[in-house]
Amino acid sequence: MIWRLNNGILYHGILWIGIAILCGAVSFNRFPENQNKGGRLTIKIENYVDSQPLLLDSATYQNELSQAFIISKFKYYVSAIHLKRSDGKVFVSDQFHLVNEEDSESKQLLLNGIPEASYSELSFTLGVDSLHNCSGLQSGDLDPVKGMFWAWNTGYVFLKLEGTAPESKSPGHVFEYHIGGFRQPSNCIRTVHLSLQDLKIGSAKQATISLKADAAEVLKTPTSLDFSKLSSVVDFHNAITVADNYMDMFSILKEE
Amino acid sequence: MKNALAIFCFLVSILLLTSISGDLVHFQTVKNEPTFKIPNGFPKPVYDFKNNKPTEAGFQLGRKLFHDPILSLDSSTSCSSCHQQFSAFGHVDHSLSHGIESRIGKRNVPTIQNVIWQPHFMWDGGVNHLDLFPIAPITNPVEMGESLEHVLLKLKRSKEYSARFKAAFHHESITSERMLKAISQFIGQMISADSRYDGYVAGKDSLTQQELAGLTLFQNRCVSCHPPPLFTDYSFRNIGLRMDTALKDSGRVGLTGLKSDFMKFKVPTLRNIEITPPYMHDGRFRTLQQTLEHYGKGVFFTNSVDPEVKRLAGLTRNERADLIAFLRTLTDQNFLKDRRFRDPAWK
Repeated sequence: MIWRLNNGILYHGILWIGIAILCGAVSFNRFPENQNKGGRLTIKIENYVDSQPLLLDSATYQNELSQAFIISKFKYYVSAIHLKRSDGKVFVSDQFHLVNEEDSESKQLLLNGIPEASYSELSFTLGVDSLHNCSGLQSGDLDPVKGMFWAWNTGYVFLKLEGTAPESKSPGHVFEYHIGGFRQPSNCIRTVHLSLQDLKIGSAKQATISLKADAAEVLKTPTSLDFSKLSSVVDFHNAITVADNYMDMFSILKEE
Repeated sequence: MKNALAIFCFLVSILLLTSISGDLVHFQTVKNEPTFKIPNGFPKPVYDFKNNKPTEAGFQLGRKLFHDPILSLDSSTSCSSCHQQFSAFGHVDHSLSHGIESRIGKRNVPTIQNVIWQPHFMWDGGVNHLDLFPIAPITNPVEMGESLEHVLLKLKRSKEYSARFKAAFHHESITSERMLKAISQFIGQMISADSRYDGYVAGKDSLTQQELAGLTLFQNRCVSCHPPPLFTDYSFRNIGLRMDTALKDSGRVGLTGLKSDFMKFKVPTLRNIEITPPYMHDGRFRTLQQTLEHYGKGVFFTNSVDPEVKRLAGLTRNERADLIAFLRTLTDQNFLKDRRFRDPAWK
């Protein structure tokens, strides 16, 4: 509506105030102690394959069937992060985080304004809830430009694992698991629950949780994936099988 | 340090202000919001323009994007290559869509009209929001074959687009959200509600005896799936078409995996049906006559065939002629010739 105001003084006034607010915001971001009260938590995610840190495109790994494979892409959505206090009260962050192995910044999730307390459980959605699959255009990490969006069947891809395996019968011996789907009977939204050892979060100290995400879990338990039989999952076919595999891929490495 | 930063920001803001204010004068000259109203008797649109307030600059940006082959990988194919105004933004005489490098798609191009009432898009209903719809043809390898990321890169390189995005959204940066919302502002205003039938309903126009006979037949036999004023209920139905063995398109089941969705496709609108042949999801019928004959004797009955198809069985030759005469009253010449939707490059 601003552009329709013909009064130049009022117009410039609004703009000045806007810019002042903007500058304020910028300087606050630089000085975290001025931020709204409450504690900060950093969740550091480290992608692994079994016991080794994931190396894209270079390291060769083996699945449960001793089939060799190389990983070229590993991306997934972490959202609706819940922190549960010992007394049952819950802090919820409504942010969506696209974790991408290629992008080291994406592996550090920052949460602010957490009420000062001891927390006994961390839980989050691995994927994107149905509301955000049905609300039209989104921005930030949910921008369709991020390549985690199905154009022909509206919805986000919750997790992508891609690479090559000699046993794969797809062209170029590639394998690709693109898992998504928010409707029954192919609802792949999964919730991860992890116990904390009464992690203290407060304004005095920066809390950190280091999480391990094991890409090998995409390929096993309960279903051991055979690259020669299932090298491509890119729609609802077999999606549930893979989602049930990876739902237990997270564990806590360290909390401090 | 903190003070220094604040002063720095302040100085930057002054710089920004001086550079932006030149353009603000330009914004003030932008025309008011385009005239846009819901036709009488139409329900409340599904698409909420509150989240994408139409402006003249936004509409014109969407219009340029719609007609610009820059959206395709090899700059050969625009939205309007397949969605042509004289065919209600469908593709007359093409049974399957054509894309870059003469690639052939697997479905008949649907029309674009009254899309703000549409709860879902595509023949199988795969897309659930108007703003998300253009991503499908832009990224489909047999249609425009592009990536959103690369389209945005190309738009950012264009001085004209930079200026147009700024005028439409008062912001420097070109994002997928702004691009798609501009297209929605344009195609969302493609409203067809001014046919002879609409004139008849409004008491301003009359229909011939044959057309009225067709209307009566229509009311008895067609409205359960094609209710006015939109002439579709947007449901998915199997009307007894055999699956094409080459295309192997089995409809909505391909998305849902539900056996009950086998060969179900979205009920299309009948507005402007006269000028949008061929018909069906794969364009298998060249004429309305052939289409009606299908309901008469071509239905391939299986468990998932909609029982409503039986309503159209047993039409006589004269009744078919009457019905087609009525369907032709749904042609909206004002919509098909509305200059606002033309390629802006045409003078």
